[in-house]
Amino acid sequence: MGLLSKKDTLLLTDPLADNNPITIQVLGICSALAITAELKASIVMAISVMFVLGLGNVVISLMRNIIPSKIRIIVQLIVVATLVIIVDLVLKAFAYELSKTLSVFVGLIITNCIIMGRFEAFALGNGPWRSFLDGIGNAVGYGVILIAVGFFRELLGSGTLLGFKVLGDPIEKTGLYAIGYENNGFMLLSPMALIVVGIIIWIQRTKNTALIEEN
Amino acid sequence: MSLKQNLHNLKEKYKGTKMAPAFNAIHTFLYLPNEVTHGGTHVKAADDLKRTMNIVILAMVPCLLFGMFNAGYQHYAAIDSSLRADVLANFFTFDNFWIGIIKVLPLVIVSYGVGLIVEFIFAVIKGHEVEEGYLVTGMLVPLIVPIDTPLWMLAVAVIFGVVIGKEVFGGTGMNILNPALTIRAFLFFAYPTWMSGDKVWVYDAVNRTGTPDAISGETILGSYAQNQEVVYSTFDKFMGFIPGSVGETSTFLILIGAAILIFTKIGSWRIILSAFVGAAVMGIIFNQVVAADIITESSKFYGLMNTVWWEHLTIGGLAFGAVFMATDPVTGSQTNKGKWIYGFLIGFISIMIRVFNPAYPEGVFLAILLMNVFAPTIDHYVVQGNVQKRLKRAKVKTA
Repeated sequence: MGLLSKKDTLLLTDPLADNNPITIQVLGICSALAITAELKASIVMAISVMFVLGLGNVVISLMRNIIPSKIRIIVQLIVVATLVIIVDLVLKAFAYELSKTLSVFVGLIITNCIIMGRFEAFALGNGPWRSFLDGIGNAVGYGVILIAVGFFRELLGSGTLLGFKVLGDPIEKTGLYAIGYENNGFMLLSPMALIVVGIIIWIQRTKNTALIEEN
Repeated sequence: MSLKQNLHNLKEKYKGTKMAPAFNAIHTFLYLPNEVTHGGTHVKAADDLKRTMNIVILAMVPCLLFGMFNAGYQHYAAIDSSLRADVLANFFTFDNFWIGIIKVLPLVIVSYGVGLIVEFIFAVIKGHEVEEGYLVTGMLVPLIVPIDTPLWMLAVAVIFGVVIGKEVFGGTGMNILNPALTIRAFLFFAYPTWMSGDKVWVYDAVNRTGTPDAISGETILGSYAQNQEVVYSTFDKFMGFIPGSVGETSTFLILIGAAILIFTKIGSWRIILSAFVGAAVMGIIFNQVVAADIITESSKFYGLMNTVWWEHLTIGGLAFGAVFMATDPVTGSQTNKGKWIYGFLIGFISIMIRVFNPAYPEGVFLAILLMNVFAPTIDHYVVQGNVQKRLKRAKVKTA
């Protein structure tokens, strides 16, 4: 037996598929809609949330016995806010252009329902190590969907991936554009993110029919 | 052995297997099936879903044929504007129709081909019969797109519209949004350069851009939105000798279609009438705004606001939308009072979008999609209102 017991492994893997925060719990949709028009922004968002959620879960878990339950939401908010400000400053210092693209949405990680949800549901009742695994697991589950949506939206909407023109140049008419292909402007609008998430949910539930809710 | 017999045999052979719905659909579509209902008493009606759909298609055929002539007419008239002097002499020519054949027929074929393939795939996977709903959608789609729409775009849009607009909800009868309009909206937001502007409405205008032979054909709404002089007479506008989407230009033929739909009781006259009334009311309001000097000529809304209200009814896609799209029994309101509200708001909002969004000077499809979403809510309150009214009456009696 290595570092992780069977139960701990489940904490990491469960949110990836059968208990995915976006496709099953339908949390954190707002950011999935707002910043997934580019793959790069999706990846940075995923990493930021992983940092905030992993560390935040540990901090809350360490303090869980001394937080008075009446003010626990405020304490949680302070923890998230602190971590988010760290992320925001790091981005501004090392990736200024990107931080402008993400603009307000880094700050809005504070309101990401996944984070408060995990604090409430898990970190308040479990030890730091397990909370850490849970935080990382959920953040990865969130990130995977974000990156998948970002991949399709950037590829079909702008014809690029991470800024590289993988389908050819739309102005010079090279690659696919030479035969009349055009970028799908709808992909860059937020409703399409919702539809892409919907399609992912649809595929997932077709593969695993146990997930379908009863009427 | 005849084709019918062959199909029947195939049907028997594949009975109960996965492919059965596909053969059933082809058989029912082409012929009257041999089967009769067994046992019990059945209400017999001449108009099943297939007949209903066929009549709607018949009502649209004049628009399609006219659109094919118009495709060529707009093309040649854009090259040589002297043709416009005598419309009737230069309209029904074979040259015009030929352009219709090479440009409009492929749109129809792609629309039906792709859409029915998607329908068949879903029927086979889900194991239900192929539904007739797509027969009408497939006909509506080529009529509401610009003539030069690339075929692959249409195919992508049809797949999107049928899957996301209809099949995910459970197929014909379960959809919230009108699939044809979903397809149009998808095209509009995905490829706006092909769906608006002054180049897309006339055949070959896009290819000729930048050459000495360049032609253009601003739609009337586009001209009004930019406060330009409109060269078409009221007769042209009403009869449809104007640039526009393939089949929606002729208000006259659309009204004939409306008459067919109303006579056969397929389309609701309440919706059609109230949509026109709604549009007229909004048009009059805008006219009054201009008359009262609330906005001046410098306003970017002036051109369309100043358009006489009854002209709003004959230009753009309003008539087509009101007659063929808003009356969709699946996505529209079901109650009679609801139909009045639903239709009125479609007309009202159409003109509002048309005027206030000059970048995309057409709002009918957005208005109908919006009201599709609200139709169940309208029905709910109409029914609740009725329940309340009756309860009140009952209470008075018992007291």
